[in-house]
Amino acid sequence: MSSFPRRHLLQIEGMERPEIDAVLDLAESYVLLNRTGKTPRDLLRGRTLINLFFEDSTRTRTSFELAGKRLGADVLNMSVSTSSVNKGETLLDTAATLNAMHCDLLVVRHDQSGAPHLLAQKVEASVVNAGDGTHEHPTQALLDALTIRRRRGRVEGLSVAICGDVMHSRVARSNIHLLLTMGARVRVVGPPTLLPAEIERLGVEVFHDMAAGLAGVDVVMMLRLQRERMARGLVPSAREFFRFYGLDQAKLAAAAPDALVMHPGPMNRGVEIASDVADDPIRSVIREQVEMGVAVRMAVLDRLTRAALANA
Amino acid sequence: MSDLFIAGAHLLDPPALDGSGGLLVRDGRIAARGPGLAAPDGVPVLEADGAVLCPGLVDMRVSLGEPGFEYRETIASAAAAAAAGGITTLAALPDSRPAIDDPALVRLLRARGEETGSLTILPYGAVTKRCEGREMAELGLLREAGASAFSDGGHAIADSRLMRLALAYARVFGGRIVQHPEDPALAAGGCATEGELATRMGLPGIPAAAEAILIARDIRLARLTGGAVHFAHISTAESAALIRRAKAEGVDVTCDTAPPYFDLNEHAIADWRTFAKLSPPLRPESDRQAIAAALADGTIDAVASDHLPLDPDDKRLTFAQASPGGTGLATLLAVTLAQVHGGALPLARAIHLLTRAPARLLGSPAGTLDEGAPADLCLFAPDRGWQVQSGKLPGKAQNTPFDGRALEGRVLGTWKAGRRVFG
Repeated sequence: MSSFPRRHLLQIEGMERPEIDAVLDLAESYVLLNRTGKTPRDLLRGRTLINLFFEDSTRTRTSFELAGKRLGADVLNMSVSTSSVNKGETLLDTAATLNAMHCDLLVVRHDQSGAPHLLAQKVEASVVNAGDGTHEHPTQALLDALTIRRRRGRVEGLSVAICGDVMHSRVARSNIHLLLTMGARVRVVGPPTLLPAEIERLGVEVFHDMAAGLAGVDVVMMLRLQRERMARGLVPSAREFFRFYGLDQAKLAAAAPDALVMHPGPMNRGVEIASDVADDPIRSVIREQVEMGVAVRMAVLDRLTRAALANA
Repeated sequence: MSDLFIAGAHLLDPPALDGSGGLLVRDGRIAARGPGLAAPDGVPVLEADGAVLCPGLVDMRVSLGEPGFEYRETIASAAAAAAAGGITTLAALPDSRPAIDDPALVRLLRARGEETGSLTILPYGAVTKRCEGREMAELGLLREAGASAFSDGGHAIADSRLMRLALAYARVFGGRIVQHPEDPALAAGGCATEGELATRMGLPGIPAAAEAILIARDIRLARLTGGAVHFAHISTAESAALIRRAKAEGVDVTCDTAPPYFDLNEHAIADWRTFAKLSPPLRPESDRQAIAAALADGTIDAVASDHLPLDPDDKRLTFAQASPGGTGLATLLAVTLAQVHGGALPLARAIHLLTRAPARLLGSPAGTLDEGAPADLCLFAPDRGWQVQSGKLPGKAQNTPFDGRALEGRVLGTWKAGRRVFG
C-alpha cells in the first residue's frame, strides 16, 4: 500500500502528484464497490465521524455522511450557526468539546479561510477540510479530477477553463493547484472584478472573454455566482453576467467538440449556466461529479484512518 | 538624591556625541558628559564596560490599553514594558475609549504618565470628535492642554474636506496632523496585502495603492493649506517615493515607520499566524527592502514601535476575524538594531531615529544627552543576543509579531530623571 502519511486533509496546495494519484486510484475502486453495494463496512467500524458544518451545505455534508456510513463509521452531523456572537470562541470551544467526545474524523466546513487549519491544531481527530471560506475545497478538486480521468483517461495534457467568480471560489483554488500538479493546462475566465490579484502567478492563463478563454479547451468548469456579489457591485446584474459569462451553447461552441461541462453545484441556472447546457446528456458530467464525490470521500476517509492507525 | 556617574560608556547622542566617555547625573539631570570625565567624590559609579549610553528612547506611536481596554494592558504594565525596552517617553494614540478629544483627557493622560515615575506620556489629541472622522475636535484647546500633535490613531481621516480643514486650522496652534494612510473604502474587509499570497490563502486583500492614494492626496492638501502632515507607519516603496519627492519640493511632510515593516515581510502570515496580522498589513519583500532603504537615506524621519496590545482571545481566531496589531515596546530597539547589524543603517542614525528625531516631531525636549536635560537614559549592549518569546515579554500584552525572532541588542538599564527604572 502506498503511504498516506498525512494526518489531515486541509488543502491541495503542497500535495504531490503520487499522493493525488493514489487517492484517485483508491477512489476508482470505491466507485465499483459503490455500484455493486459491496463496500467494506468494517473499515471504519467503531470510529466516529463528525460532520461539523458552520455553513449550510446539503450536498457536501450528505456526501461525507454517505461515505462514512458506507465504510461503517458512526456519523454525526453538527450544524453550528455562524451568526452566534463570537465565531472564533465557538470554534475553539467546539474543539475542546470534540476532544472530549473522542471523535476520530472531523469534517469541517466553515465560512472563514483557515478555520480547519486552526481546528487541526487543537483537535486530536483527523481533520478533513470540506470547504473553508475562499481558500480551498480539496475533496471537490479530487472528485473533479476523478470525473475527468474516468471520462478522458487522463488529466495530464488536458486544457481546462475555470470560469466565473474565481475570486470567491475555494473550488477554483483547489482545482488550480490540483490540475497544475497533475500536468493539465489551466485557464481562468471571468471579469476582472471577480478574478483575485496576481492569480496568474499560480500558473494559470487569464482571460476576460469567454470565446477566447474557451477556445479549444477539453473541460469547462463553471463556478457558482452568489447573489451577494451583485449586491456588492462586483457585477452590475445577473442578466449582464449571463450575457457575457454565462455558459450557453453558443459560448460552449468555442470549446473542443467533446469538451466536458462541470459545475460543483448548486447551480444558478440562467446566471452562470444555461439549463440546456447543464442538462446536456453528452457533455454535462455534473451528475457524475456527485457520484464521484462519495467515492473520493470514502478514499480520503480510508487513507486518513489507515494513516492514523499506522501512527498510533 | 539620584546622583550617579556612568563610566566607560559609548556615549551616543548624534550628531553631537559618538564616542567613549562618562556621564554625570545630579538631581535627576545630566550635569556633565564627555570623554575624560572623572567621577566626583561621593557619587556612586556604574561601570558601563563599553555599552552604549543614549537618550531614553522616544516612541512616537503607541496604543495604550488604558483607558478603555485595561484587560489588554494598563498604563502601569505598558510602563514596565517601555522601561524594559529603554523607552522613557511615548506618544499615546487618541483612539482609546473614550477617545482623547477633550482637554481634560489630555491632562489626565499626562498625569497618569507622571504617576508611573518611569514614563512621560505625550498624548495625541484627536483630530475629529470621538475619532469618527466627521467633525473637527477642539484642536486649540487640546493643544493648550498639552497635546503634542493630532491624530485619529488607527483611523484614517478619509474625508478630503475635513483633512484640508484640519491641516489649515492646526497651523494656528502648531502640532502636526498624523495620518494613518489607508483609504478605508479600498481597505474595507481586507486583512492582508493584495497579491499572490492573499490570493493563495483566500484572504480578502488590501491593495498597496490604498496607502499611496491617501499619501498623494494629503501631500497635495498640505501644499494647498501650508499645513504640516505626518504619515504614520509607512510600509510601501511607493509611499517612500511619494514622500521623498514631496520633501524635495519643500512640502512640510514627515513620516515614520515601525519595525515590522523593515524587518518582516508578508510571508510572516503563512500558517495563518494571526500575531503577524497588522495594520497596515505586512508587505512583499520588495516593499520591506524599500522601507529599510528609506530609513537609511533620510526619507523616514523616525522609527516608532506602533505598539498595540491585544488579549489572547483577540488573536485566537481565524485570520480574517483576528484583530490586527502587535506589541512593540520591548522589541523596538533590538529590531531596529538588526538593521545596524545587517549593515543597512549606521548605529548613530538608528539612535537618532529613536530619540532626538521623534522628540523634535512631537515638540518635546526629550531625546537628548544635553547638559541640563533630564537624565532620561538608556544603556544597552548592542551585540548581546536574546530571543523574543511571546509569554515572556515584559508587560501584560504578549501579541508580538516577532515571536521566536533571535535578536542582538539588550537593554541593560533605563533611567527616568536619574532614577533607575529598569535593569
